[in-house]
Amino acid sequence: MLSIKNLHAGVEEKEILKGLNLEVKPGEVHAIMGPNGAGKSSLASVLSGRPNYEVTQGSVTLDGKDLLDMSPEDRAREGVFLAFQYPIEIPGVSNINFLKTAMNEIRTYKGLEPLSAKEFLALSRERQKLVEFDAKLVNRSLNEGFSGGEKKRNEIFQLAMLEPKLAILDETDSGLDIDALRIVSRGVNKLRSDKNAFIIITHYQRLLDYIVPDFVHVLSDGKIVKTGDKNLALELEEKGYDWIREEAIH
Amino acid sequence: MENSTDFLEEIAGKEYEHGFVTDIEMDILPPGLNEETIHFISKKKNEPEWLLEWRLKAFRAFQKMELPSWQNFKMPEMDFQAISYYAAPKQKVKYESLDQVDPELLETFKKLGIPLSEQKTLAGVAVDAVFDSVSVATTYKEELKKLGIIFCSFGEAVQEHPELVKKYLGTVVPHSDNVFAALNAAVFSDGSFVYIPPGVRSPMELSTYFRINAANTGQFERTLIIADKDAYVSYLEGCTAPMRDEHQLHAAVVEIVALDNAEVKYSTVQNWYPGDKDGKGGVYNFVTKRGICKGANAHISWTQVETGSAITWKYPSVILQGDNSYGEFYSVAVTKGKQIADTGTKMYHLGANTRSRIISKGISAGNGQNSYRGLVQIGAKAANARNFTQCDSMLIGDRCGAHTFPYIESKNNTATLEHEATTSKIGEDQIFYLNARGIDTEKAVELIVNGFAKEVLNKLPMEFAVEAQKLLAISLEGSVG
Ligand SMILES: Nc1ncnc2c1ncn2[C@@H]1O[C@H](COP(=O)(O)OP(=O)(O)OP(=O)(O)O)[C@@H](O)[C@H]1O
Ligand SMILES: [Mg+2]
Repeated sequence: MLSIKNLHAGVEEKEILKGLNLEVKPGEVHAIMGPNGAGKSSLASVLSGRPNYEVTQGSVTLDGKDLLDMSPEDRAREGVFLAFQYPIEIPGVSNINFLKTAMNEIRTYKGLEPLSAKEFLALSRERQKLVEFDAKLVNRSLNEGFSGGEKKRNEIFQLAMLEPKLAILDETDSGLDIDALRIVSRGVNKLRSDKNAFIIITHYQRLLDYIVPDFVHVLSDGKIVKTGDKNLALELEEKGYDWIREEAIH
Repeated sequence: MENSTDFLEEIAGKEYEHGFVTDIEMDILPPGLNEETIHFISKKKNEPEWLLEWRLKAFRAFQKMELPSWQNFKMPEMDFQAISYYAAPKQKVKYESLDQVDPELLETFKKLGIPLSEQKTLAGVAVDAVFDSVSVATTYKEELKKLGIIFCSFGEAVQEHPELVKKYLGTVVPHSDNVFAALNAAVFSDGSFVYIPPGVRSPMELSTYFRINAANTGQFERTLIIADKDAYVSYLEGCTAPMRDEHQLHAAVVEIVALDNAEVKYSTVQNWYPGDKDGKGGVYNFVTKRGICKGANAHISWTQVETGSAITWKYPSVILQGDNSYGEFYSVAVTKGKQIADTGTKMYHLGANTRSRIISKGISAGNGQNSYRGLVQIGAKAANARNFTQCDSMLIGDRCGAHTFPYIESKNNTATLEHEATTSKIGEDQIFYLNARGIDTEKAVELIVNGFAKEVLNKLPMEFAVEAQKLLAISLEGSVG
C-alpha cells in the first residue's frame, strides 16, 4: 500500500530524514518509536504534505500513485490521514460542520454523492459511539478550548468518520488518561481491517499492549535503524535507545 | 503545495463578477454641478417647490463644507464637477407593469441574480430596482398596498405621498449633516420609500437593488423608512457596479424613523466594484445611514456585509430617543487588494433604559485596511443605559491592517458599558490542518471566515445569509496562496 524508498527530506536546508525506507501492506500496523528529534513527526509531515518540508531525494507511493506529487488535500482524499501530535484550534468553525465539509470533499473526489444531512448525522452518531466521543464536543468549535486529551480523542473521532486507507497517529497516546488510552485503542482496533493500515508513532510501549503492532521500527537520526516485532518495544522500554545507536554505528 | 513564503501572501484578486456594462440608451446630464443642475433634476422629477428649496438649501450648505479629514485614510481628491448627476434609461421611466421595462434592463438584473418578475422572485421578497438614477421596478406593490404598506421609489413617494415625505425627510439626517449627506440632499435622484402603518407587520422582506451603470455618473440615492407605532419591517439593500477604470462616487443617505414599539431591521449586502488589485477604479462609497428610535420601546437593527468598494466610509447609527429603545449594529467588512474600509456605528443614548449592541467583524487580506470606528454616547437623561461592543479583526497575510477606534462619551454614571476586542490571523497551520482533512485552501478560508463572521451572518434574513456567505467566499478567493 505505502512504499517509501530512500526518502531524504528537510526544512530550510536542514536535512531531517536521511534515506528512510518503509513498506506498509494492507491490514498491517506499524509502530514507529525513537528518540526526541529523530524525525518521526517530520515523516508524518512529509507524508501528509505539510508546507515547508522539502523532499530532496527518494519516492513515496500509495497504491502505486506518487504521493509526493499531490497536494495535501488530494493525499487526504486518496486516503491518507494524519492524527496530529498537536491538533489545531479553529474558532468559529463547528466540529461537525468541518467534518461534514471534509467528508463531502472526499466523497466528491471519489465521485460519490455527498451524504444527506440525515445520513451524515446517523453516521456521526454511530462513530461517536464507536470511539466513545463526547456528544457535547461534536457541536463545539473545532478543538477550541478542548483539553489536550479531548483534542486527541477528536482526532480519533475524525479518523473513525473519514475511514482512511492509511492512518498515521503521531503520539496520539500522549496526553490521554488511562481510560482514554484504552477507549482510543479499542476504537482503533475496531477500525482495523484487512484493507487499511496504521502507522503509530509513540514513545510508550504501553499503547502497544492495546494496539498490537505487526512491526516495531526504531527511527533515529532520520533513518529506520532497527525493525522487529512487538517484543522490540519491550526491549526498548527496558534498555532505552543507546544500544541501538551503538549498533547502528558499528 | 505552494512555496511557503507565498502561502499567506499571494493576492490574486478574483475577477469581479458583476463588472459588465449594460448597453442601453440613456438620458445623461453632462458633468457639472451648480444650482441649474439642481433645478434640472428637480424639474425632471416634477417635484414640488418645497423640495426644490430644500435641495438648494442643502447645495448652499455643501458649497461651504470641507471633505472630512478625521478618517483613517487619506481622502482622495474628488472633482465634483466631473460627475454627471443624472442618468436614466431613455425609455419612459414610470412603468405600469414589468412588461414595459426594457428587456435589456430586465436582463441586467437577471444577470445579477435579481429576478424582477414576481413569479420568479424569491418567495416573500419584494424588490425595488434602481438603475443609475432611477427606480425601474418595484415588485409586489399591490399586495403590500392591501395592508396599507407603501413601498415605492422615492420619486413616486414625492408625487403620491408628499405629506409623509415632507414630514420626515431630513429629520434624521439633516440636509447639512456632513458634506456627502449635503451633496446627496442637493442632487439625489431616486431611492426607496417605505411606510408601514400602525400595527402592521410587513409579511415579506422589502428589498432594494442598486446598480450604477453609466460611466462618470455618481449614484446618490436616498431611502426613507418610517415604521409607525407597533409596526415591523425587515428591509434589505444590495448593490453592484460595472468595472470601470475611473472611480465612481456613491453618496447615499438612509433615514429610518421608528415610532413607539416599532421595529426596523435594515440589512445591507454591499458589493460595489472594489477596483482592480492595484487600486485602479472602484466605487467610493461615502454613505450616511441613521435611524431614530423616536418612540418608547422602538428597535432599530443595522446589519451590513461590506465586501465591495474601493473606499467604504459609513457609520450606520441609531438615535435612542424613546425610553427603553434598542439599537443594534452587526457588521462584516472585508478589505483586500487596495481596498479601504472605515466603518462602524454611533449609538446615541438619550432616553432612559436604552440599550445598544455592536458586533463588528473586520476581515483584511492583501493590502486591505480595515478600521472600526464607533461612538457610544450616553446623554445626561439616559439612566441605566447599556452598551455592549465587540470588535473582532481577522488578518489574512502580512500586508493588511486592522484598526479599531472605539469612542465613549458618557454624561450619566448609571450607564453600563462593555467592550471586547480581539485580533486573529488565519494561520498556515489552520489551513494545513483543514487541507489534511481533504479540504482545499479556498474552501478552508471560506470555512474559517464564515465561522468568524457567523454571529453577523445569522442576523441576515435567511435567503440572504446564504448569498452573503458565498459572497464572502468569492471576495476572498485567491487571498490565500
Ligand atoms: N520547521 C522546522 N525548522 C527547523 N527544524 C525543524 C523544523 N521542524 C522540525 N525540525 C527539527 O527536525 C528534527 C526532527 O523533528 P521531529 O518533530 O520530526 O522529531 P520527532 O521525532 O517527532 O520528535 P518528538 O519525539 O520529540 O516528537 C528536530 O531536530 C527538530 O528540531
Ligand atoms: Mg514528534
